[in-house]
Amino acid sequence: MTNASPTSRETIVNALLALLLLGLPLLAFAMGEPFYITLATRIAVLALAAVGLNIALGLGGLVSFGHAAFFGLGGYAAGILATHAFDGVPLFAGIPGTVSMPVIWLVTMVACGLVALPIGAISLRTAGVYFIMITLAFAQMIYYFAISWPAYGGEDGLSIYVRNEFPGVNTTQPLPFFLICYAVLMAALGLFWLLRGSRFGAALQAARQNATRLSAVGIAPFNIRLVAFIISAMVTGVAGALFADLNKFVSPSMMSWHMSGELIVLIILGGKGRLFGPVAGAMLYVLFEFALGGITERWQFFLGLILLGVVLFARGGLLGLLAGKARHG
Amino acid sequence: MSIALLIEQLLNGLQLGVMLFLMAAGLTLIFGVMGLINLAHGSLYMVGAFACAAVAAATGSFWIGLVASLIAAAAAGAIMEVTVIRRLYERDHLDQVLATFALILIFSEGTRWLFGSFPLYLDIPPLLQGAVPLPGGGQYQLYRLAIIGVGIVVAIGLYFLISRTRLGMRIRAGEADREMIAALGVDIRTLYTVVFALGAALAGLAGALVGALQSVQVGMGEPALILAFVVIVIGGIGSIKGALFGAILVGVVDTMGRFLLPKALALMIPAAQAGPIGAALASMLIYVVMALILAFRPSGLFAAQS
Repeated sequence: MTNASPTSRETIVNALLALLLLGLPLLAFAMGEPFYITLATRIAVLALAAVGLNIALGLGGLVSFGHAAFFGLGGYAAGILATHAFDGVPLFAGIPGTVSMPVIWLVTMVACGLVALPIGAISLRTAGVYFIMITLAFAQMIYYFAISWPAYGGEDGLSIYVRNEFPGVNTTQPLPFFLICYAVLMAALGLFWLLRGSRFGAALQAARQNATRLSAVGIAPFNIRLVAFIISAMVTGVAGALFADLNKFVSPSMMSWHMSGELIVLIILGGKGRLFGPVAGAMLYVLFEFALGGITERWQFFLGLILLGVVLFARGGLLGLLAGKARHG
Repeated sequence: MSIALLIEQLLNGLQLGVMLFLMAAGLTLIFGVMGLINLAHGSLYMVGAFACAAVAAATGSFWIGLVASLIAAAAAGAIMEVTVIRRLYERDHLDQVLATFALILIFSEGTRWLFGSFPLYLDIPPLLQGAVPLPGGGQYQLYRLAIIGVGIVVAIGLYFLISRTRLGMRIRAGEADREMIAALGVDIRTLYTVVFALGAALAGLAGALVGALQSVQVGMGEPALILAFVVIVIGGIGSIKGALFGAILVGVVDTMGRFLLPKALALMIPAAQAGPIGAALASMLIYVVMALILAFRPSGLFAAQS
């Protein structure tokens, strides 16, 4: 792929965004302002969740309105495993809980993969509006299940008493925990970049642009989309586990349809299908939330207005503004 | 379990179904004619409920409130269509989802601004208070029966509107080929505004009717909206008949599931566990039904469009 000028400009913008997200908490640490480190961690985790969704939505054109389910599953994986480890009660069949983040992430990815497989297999039989609504409905199903299942707090949610552990890192301090989240985000961005450039990514994007033509060259769009949907769910799930660790709390509201909407909003604010779109979107979103939330209790009203303006008049999002149009739609 | 209790639960399911039909009919009409997915339909439901509660509190009459709810929801719908929705018809569904999601944020916070965070209450009108006896003993709330009646009247009215009137003819023509009817001289922009306002008024009516059964509060539209989505996905998007069938199915399955599943489970496992597990499963039941239907008929039971 030749480096035409908009591409290189996007690379520079991406590098700046990555440095900005890393630099701000370091600066906050130096100034002794842990609150801003937490804010940056929130940006990194939400960006990670949106990077996951961006695989399905940006590359594959699959508008999943139910990714909050995977976000919440990750959160509950972290919460449930930590609770069992804390209480010393085995999960089932003698398997103990754990407070080790890598193990939790692994369990999250397996769980999200297992849930995304049937959801994807049924949802992908449909397209367009049906796909949007059926993914929403599946997420609601899991949401209501989490609310009415009393074993893990039900509607009240589940507290994580001590943040889960990562080998060699003191996760209870804000900065090391931020660095873990940042590293996972960068790894996910690397995965997105690899996928986009791979043969699989080419097929996935072809499935979005012209599914009939893809079938004509002998590749079944369904399988490609299903795999993308599962990978996407796994990445969003890991973000959910980190989000639960960030707040030391998980509740069904992580799975609510509002959350699914927010994840889509992050991508659109930043730029759909762009590598750093979710990062730019999460930065903007958390900053809006923080800045507007400081001025008025009714910040969601203004968020709505801004979002409406972006959808109606500023297609392409922040990256479209900073780095020019995407190379192909 | 007595027969009367079973009949009561069936009627409750029917009442929920009728309420969902009022929501789903507007959604499916708007999708069928304009190809638009409108998440903010739940906000119009909320507008109807708030208008009814506020006007009923001010005038002391539920009936004036009911009329106000129709007017307020239709007006809100028309304004929404002219200012925002009109720009979205040519966009893809993702843009429609986002813009109408933004509208939800605006409507919810705007309503909270106007009315505060505390719920409003709406009394059942004196005419419809009381209960009627059921066969097999027991009684049933008259107001809920009246809601079922309203739903039946609206369903018949919509059928005549769509199949017998000039407006209905235009709506059907708009579903089939919008360029063609524009070329034949029909003012398509006005038609779209009218259809949108009609759908909005039905949602507002549903909100006002349900407002007397529950509290009227911000966020009340969202659960109703998602159930209405399930309804139109089951019924086939764009089909009013599908919306009616899907609404009754969802209403009855949901209500009967919550009533019967815990009891059925109690026959197999200890009652202390059967209650919560049954309740958890019942809350998922309609989504399971939807998934099953879509697995076999991906475009719903009464798919209107190819």
